[in-house]
Amino acid sequence: MTEKLVIIGNGMAPGRMLEHLLEQAGRYVVTIFNAEPRVNYDRIMLSPVLSGEKAYEEIIIHGDGWYIKHGITLYKGHKIVAIDRQAKTVTSDHGVTEPYDKLVIATGSVPFIISVPGHNLPGVLTYRDLDDVQAMMLAAQSRAKAVVIGGGLLGLEAAAGLNSQGMDVTVLHVMPTLMERQLDPAAGYLLQRAVEQRGIKVITKANTQAITGNGKVEQVELADGTVIPATLVVMAVGIRPNAALAKDAGIAVNRGIVVDAGMRSNDPDIFALGECAEVGGMVYGLVAPLYEMARVAARQLAGDETAAFVHMDTPTKLKVTGIDLFSLGDFADGDDRQEIVLRDASAGVYKRLVLRDDRIIGTVLYGETSDGAWFNDLKKKQTDISQMRDTLIFGQSYQGGAPLDPMAAVAALPDDAEICGCNGVCKGKITGAITGKGLTSLDDVRAHTKASASCGSCTGLVEKLMVLTLGDTYNPAAVQPMCSCTTFGHDEVRRLIKAKRLKTIPAVMQELEWKTSCGCAKCRPALNYYLVCDWPDEYADDYQSRFINERVHANIQKDGTYSVVPRMWGGVTNAAELRAIADVVDKFEIPMVKVTGGQRIDMLGIRKEDLPAVWADLGQAGFVSGHAYAKGLRTVKTCVGSDWCRFGTQDSTGLGIRIEKFMWGSWTPAKVKMAVSGCPRNCAEATCKDVGVICVDSGYEIHFAGAAGLDIKGTEVLGLVRTEDEALEHIVALTQMYREQGRYLERIYKWAKRIGIAEVKRQIMDDGEKRQAYYERFVFSQKFAQVDPWSERVSGKDKHEFRPMASVGFAEAAE
Amino acid sequence: MNWIAIGTISDIPRRGARCVATPQGKIAVFRTADDEVFAIEDHCPHKGGPLSQGIVHGAAVTCPLHNWVISLETGNALGADEGAVRTIPVKREGERLFIALDALASRAA
Repeated sequence: MTEKLVIIGNGMAPGRMLEHLLEQAGRYVVTIFNAEPRVNYDRIMLSPVLSGEKAYEEIIIHGDGWYIKHGITLYKGHKIVAIDRQAKTVTSDHGVTEPYDKLVIATGSVPFIISVPGHNLPGVLTYRDLDDVQAMMLAAQSRAKAVVIGGGLLGLEAAAGLNSQGMDVTVLHVMPTLMERQLDPAAGYLLQRAVEQRGIKVITKANTQAITGNGKVEQVELADGTVIPATLVVMAVGIRPNAALAKDAGIAVNRGIVVDAGMRSNDPDIFALGECAEVGGMVYGLVAPLYEMARVAARQLAGDETAAFVHMDTPTKLKVTGIDLFSLGDFADGDDRQEIVLRDASAGVYKRLVLRDDRIIGTVLYGETSDGAWFNDLKKKQTDISQMRDTLIFGQSYQGGAPLDPMAAVAALPDDAEICGCNGVCKGKITGAITGKGLTSLDDVRAHTKASASCGSCTGLVEKLMVLTLGDTYNPAAVQPMCSCTTFGHDEVRRLIKAKRLKTIPAVMQELEWKTSCGCAKCRPALNYYLVCDWPDEYADDYQSRFINERVHANIQKDGTYSVVPRMWGGVTNAAELRAIADVVDKFEIPMVKVTGGQRIDMLGIRKEDLPAVWADLGQAGFVSGHAYAKGLRTVKTCVGSDWCRFGTQDSTGLGIRIEKFMWGSWTPAKVKMAVSGCPRNCAEATCKDVGVICVDSGYEIHFAGAAGLDIKGTEVLGLVRTEDEALEHIVALTQMYREQGRYLERIYKWAKRIGIAEVKRQIMDDGEKRQAYYERFVFSQKFAQVDPWSERVSGKDKHEFRPMASVGFAEAAE
Repeated sequence: MNWIAIGTISDIPRRGARCVATPQGKIAVFRTADDEVFAIEDHCPHKGGPLSQGIVHGAAVTCPLHNWVISLETGNALGADEGAVRTIPVKREGERLFIALDALASRAA
């Protein structure tokens, strides 16, 4: 006998509850209403999304497939507006009415808005969901000034994220020190200093009086008369349970929806959990107790009426890269309390333990937090610490003689020590799952135990446990380092360049702790490309980090001479161009002229000293560099299309020329070759190119990820578009996606295989906003890239490249 | 030793090289990131690639043809490859650079 279970809200708590419930027998048919138009994602990872360290796709907990697989109906973008407890139905704002046997309310919280004048001006945002994050990222593109009101956990994460996005950020905090609810004043001071060192301004004791501006935010005014210019204001002053819907339905509501220890409201068929619930007089905002509520609610729904929620303290951590902070329990001063404090000002370390009756009741760690789990364990078990009191503050390594190395410290943890605070996973459960289920990868451990699957800050501990349990068979370095100068792989380097806003090669090497003084021939060209791609307007291209071909804009040959290939747009030429080429060949006695596979003409055997003069003559005839040497756009091959061919369906030549003129000059991870064929007979051989187009009567079939070199591979179909404009937009967006994600020297087909053809299609074909954003970033970058390198060098740029420094020892010295 | 002036250090880009033409062939003069100057034959021991065109890193250069890495200090191939190019004495007086061709000439003769 199945019952109907309806869930209002699709955040982390109900998501976790469903996971537990699905482990039981299928007693319920489940329907979810989510006011947000999306699936369940990891809300605590929004800060890394804002700072650019993660993408939305990486924080999804349950993708669409999960709901389908479990037969769950998910209404996205449906806000429930009424609960009818008599009829036992709920109704959404789109008019869907759904009956329930059991109802779970998980409406979460709403951000607290200070109702100062101007709080509703455009440009005032809160920090709650993905929409807020996207709005902030959009606002950050202006690189303008932002004010964050609130110096708590959320406010500081928002400020750090906006700072990473290049905004000038000021944090306003009404209290004298930051995060005063989690940190004592000393740690609050250290935190403020660390935040300020990142270029974020902090004003404490700041009393916001008004937000003003003409039709949009322009400035924030404080009670003391200070005026701070701002185009974006983020309010992060706290949250309150979102209980209005329950209240309207006549359910008991105090601060939140009042529930008993079994998460049941005063209506026995209605449960509440998450941030909207009030249990034992407390409301919660951290993920660990919310997951505990989820576990209890699932067991109650499955019929176990003994399941009960018990209050627990949860450690607080700040998710800002480079700031280590840990806070737990009660740390106020008091007559019955003693404290142990360790300060190391130069290392920026502060540790404080608050004791009562020889037991830890509170902990604040700043700068060095690796003993947090151990202190948490001592506190939870109420261990008598009198025996180790003298060395307690130095941490676990200093107990019992010789200091333990980090691995031994983890080995010494008891089986019931908590490793993952978010999910309440202890050491024994992890090691048990590794041996019992034969797990060998971090992803497996996350999937089976949830350990390190939420905020990820315990990943290091989990990996140490894997090494301890599996020994040498566990190889955590599954990531191939870029080269022997670093331990980071390409993806991490790319991510960190953006997240830390690194804009020069020395900055990357310094911040990412390169092992060599100036890199090697492998990493330097890669870094140079990543910086050119990520900061097109700010980065100064480092020619000394480019391979010779890209440095002198010609192809080096085995005898040290060069070959030169001018652009022939779409492979089309004319008598004047051919005549000019013939004249250049004669004048410079070029020994070999050859037609290339990309429909243009190659002149081989040119002396380096002659290159500028060759280019000058070619430039006179209107030629520009063909970039035949570049990790960039090479050729766009075409057939003659509808202009001439009796089978042609579209103007393939015209489209090819248009693509080439739009995209020439762009740098890419590896070379990009394209082709446009006017009909499926495919005379331009578009189906083995990096990007290809097959014209058909109904439009343009876009292909990508082909190969005809070391590997041979037919293309994948990206999709069919109707107009030439759409074809161009899709191709440009696809190329930009590849530019941003590809590893240096990784061709499109390898990149696409790595991230998945379906993912590329989803982002380029299905997600119009994303496509538009890629397109615009490409167009922006082209402003700085579309300069003909040949004419630059004819006018004298890099002239040292093309001349000997001196001629010496000859009978008649030239100089 | 017979020192011959070849120009100034600012003629060579940091982490780069310039060539000096001599009757015995081209000499590549390198300037590292920390302004050390080295001179070697512009001829990779592997297949004769022009070392002056390679990427300079530390006190080494990677040949543009097949990625051999040559030490600028000793002229020896680094890593698994075996081979060497001749090094040429170079000296710096203030900004000015000099090379000595005696060794090269006597050996070539």
